[in-house]
Amino acid sequence: MGQVVLKGINKFYESVHAVKDVNLQIRDKEFVVFVGPSGCGKTTTLRMIAGLEAISSGDISIDGNVINALAPMDRDIAMVFQNYALYPHMSVYDNMAFGLKMRKFEKPEIDKRVREAADILGIGELLKRKPRQLSGGQRQRVALGRAIVRHPRVFLFDEPLSNLDAKLRVQMRVELKKLHLRLGTTAIYVTHDQVEAMTLGDRVVVMKDGVVQQVGEPLELYNQPANKFVAGFIGSPAMNFATVTVTEANGSLIAENSGLRIKLPDETAQRLRGHVGREVTLGVRPEDLTVADTADLDHPCFDAVIEVVEQLGSEILLDMKVGEGVMVASIEPTARVKVRDKLRVAMRPSRLHVFDAKTEAAI
Amino acid sequence: MIEGAIWRKWVFFYVPMALFLLFLLFPFYWMVITSVRPDGELYRPWNSINYNPFWTWKPTLDHVRYLFEETLFASWLWNTTFIALASTAISLVCGVFAGYALSRLNFPFAGSLGTGIFITYLVPQTLLFIPLAEIIRNYRLGDTPWSLILTYPTFLIPFCTWLMMGYFKAVPKELEECARIDGASRWQAMLYIVIPVAIPGILSAGIFAFTLSWNEFIYALVFLSSPEQKTVPVGVTSELIRGDVFFWGPLMAGALLGSIPVAIAYSLFVEHYVAGLTGSVKG
Repeated sequence: MGQVVLKGINKFYESVHAVKDVNLQIRDKEFVVFVGPSGCGKTTTLRMIAGLEAISSGDISIDGNVINALAPMDRDIAMVFQNYALYPHMSVYDNMAFGLKMRKFEKPEIDKRVREAADILGIGELLKRKPRQLSGGQRQRVALGRAIVRHPRVFLFDEPLSNLDAKLRVQMRVELKKLHLRLGTTAIYVTHDQVEAMTLGDRVVVMKDGVVQQVGEPLELYNQPANKFVAGFIGSPAMNFATVTVTEANGSLIAENSGLRIKLPDETAQRLRGHVGREVTLGVRPEDLTVADTADLDHPCFDAVIEVVEQLGSEILLDMKVGEGVMVASIEPTARVKVRDKLRVAMRPSRLHVFDAKTEAAI
Repeated sequence: MIEGAIWRKWVFFYVPMALFLLFLLFPFYWMVITSVRPDGELYRPWNSINYNPFWTWKPTLDHVRYLFEETLFASWLWNTTFIALASTAISLVCGVFAGYALSRLNFPFAGSLGTGIFITYLVPQTLLFIPLAEIIRNYRLGDTPWSLILTYPTFLIPFCTWLMMGYFKAVPKELEECARIDGASRWQAMLYIVIPVAIPGILSAGIFAFTLSWNEFIYALVFLSSPEQKTVPVGVTSELIRGDVFFWGPLMAGALLGSIPVAIAYSLFVEHYVAGLTGSVKG
């Protein structure tokens, strides 16, 4: 079992309020990812769960037992650090066996578990080497191995992939996911990379300035972001935003600013009835913009000028000037476009997001 | 390296290097050559015929023999070794623990305490020996090796603490945190992880402490009086300079033999010692 509950967790560093009233229930076997920009409190939260950082107020419990006062060693958790934190003076084998030795396991049992973990991770041949003789990816595996030999109730990962190069990171990401499916141990994972969060997490916790912005399954965050921050943070390239004023004309709602004037589709209009005459932020993802053709005549459209064309092979990213602002559109790779082209761009009506201009909460 | 023409290499690298080496090694050469020259050559006036201060054709071990047979040099050597080893051991143990505590445990005033310890190191020994002499006398430790073994740490502990603080700070704190999650107590994490990783630093602190106490002069001069208790630096200078007569041969032989153990200690640990100074901890 490995059910982790955070209840009203706060952390103060002298006058800085680093983590603000975090409440979260992590189910057994769940893979939860904390994501957010640096300094958002995600690592501090993880370190509080690990027992490396004292909790200013609130309760953390694992399987129903409050662990606030327990030393890290008594919490039955294992942690993988960003810089691997392998013991440089010990062989790979000893690195992996250290935790078991400290817990007074019998030698044969230690040997069995280390070899088992080494097999799972494919590092059987490296057991006699010292950490400095390993590549980055191998070190990462050893760090993982050191965590899994312990069979802990919860795995904690603190940006474990951020020291790897891009290609290896993708590969290790897949392996981590497989490992989790195989072991089924509850995992809490911290990253600043939203792609990692989306691909790894059963649920993702988005944090900013010490406050949890939204907790949800990856697609839920992507499709129904709770506020402008989550909308902009999840998804790459990031969502386009435009601040517009809502006006009413001939019974339908119009959103407009200096370079943009669109008729809002019915479902969006319904949500904005109460906002006529006020400013709202309109959000649309690059992949929900298309070059308008005759089929899109009833979609909200606007004019744009292409500033940069980024050919990615599988898609084309267009950086466009729209009125005063800029927007990015992701379009079919077959499209024939060039810089300074004038386009009419259509939005997929069902994919329009609106946020309160002041509170930034989704409307 | 120096780029460009060969003459540039000579002018900017080899020649300055050679001059520097000459300057550095000449005192040792002088010490060696003086300790093996017969007295007849040593005290010959500079304007005599065949005067050759830089070489001898009749090397002799008379001075070394004199040192061991006519003086208590063997005892001095033993005293120095014992005192240096004992005070180094005490200082290392205290320095390692204090350095660990000051760099790793978050307690109030840790920073100012560290600075305070460093400031005590800056108090000159030439001032400190006066109050210390009083203490030594009160505890009746005068003229025993303990008078030095217990006073040398007054400057060795701050020194070791300061060096170890720097070294412990360079050991990533994740290593220790990981060990603590792995099931080690703070004490075990220090013993099994931090200290083994810091061994190069401990070795360099040890070598420095050993050298400092081996060469120490003022305290040894003040606290020890009987010839059989003396250390090499004090014994050689007090017993081989009588009035205004310098026994140059035995003096230099004593200095030479006295510097050999330190040289050996350095060369044995030189690799660790360099690693310690540059603080190379690679994960």
